[in-house]
Amino acid sequence: MATRYSSFKQGGRLWLLQRITAAFLLVVLAFHFFLLHFVNHANEVSFLASSARMGTVSYYSLMVLFLLTATFHGVNGVYNALVNQGLSGRKRTVVKWTLVAASAVLIVQGIRTANAWAGIPLY
Amino acid sequence: MSQSYDRGLIEDFSRWREFEAGMWAWIFHKFTGWVLIGYLFTHIAVLSTGIPASGAETAVLQAGTDVYTQTIVSLEQLLLVRILEVGLLAVAVFHMLNGTRLLLVDLGVGLESQDRSFYASLVLTGAITVASVPTFVAGAF
Repeated sequence: MATRYSSFKQGGRLWLLQRITAAFLLVVLAFHFFLLHFVNHANEVSFLASSARMGTVSYYSLMVLFLLTATFHGVNGVYNALVNQGLSGRKRTVVKWTLVAASAVLIVQGIRTANAWAGIPLY
Repeated sequence: MSQSYDRGLIEDFSRWREFEAGMWAWIFHKFTGWVLIGYLFTHIAVLSTGIPASGAETAVLQAGTDVYTQTIVSLEQLLLVRILEVGLLAVAVFHMLNGTRLLLVDLGVGLESQDRSFYASLVLTGAITVASVPTFVAGAF
């Protein structure tokens, strides 16, 4: 019988979340690229255009969810890659909490930016 | 429970000739993942110029002379940035296609054709990237 191999702990909550966010990101990242490079061109960006998009509740919600899932998927991926390379013990704990802190900064800054565009006075 | 494999020193680059498709897929997926998370942090940092720009006068925003619009437009004028954007697209498309392959493998789909689906991911990434070049470099010259 072939040995099942995965760098993740099978059946783990994070393992499943990594895959659920992957499926979500496949769709939203494709949409993001298509909208901001093919429908609207990157060299025609303006604050007012970004603001008009972010002022829509559906777009704002989608982008916040995009930020949350991309941050989780990316940072959890980095953590798993490091653990896979043998990161353990105290170093592993330090790296884990550094990544958690970096994620928090990224999410807060991303939401502040989205709020600034959307005209939400919380930034 | 998952098995933990001792892969040996994959950092020993002299072994690359022995690598099979699965190893290349693993290396490319890790590499593109690192690039994408690095880009996400850079992306949010650049977009953060929208925060000071939001305090600008309406006339300034309409003229497009605010710090956010100027930052993006200035970056987009650089040919290097356009080339890096094409590279980013290639990296993202590969990660997405190979990731789809991995999701399917996790679901038990296509277990017998993993090599072929990896090669298909590479070919499709190349095709999509090449086809996107005109859009990405438009107006840069």
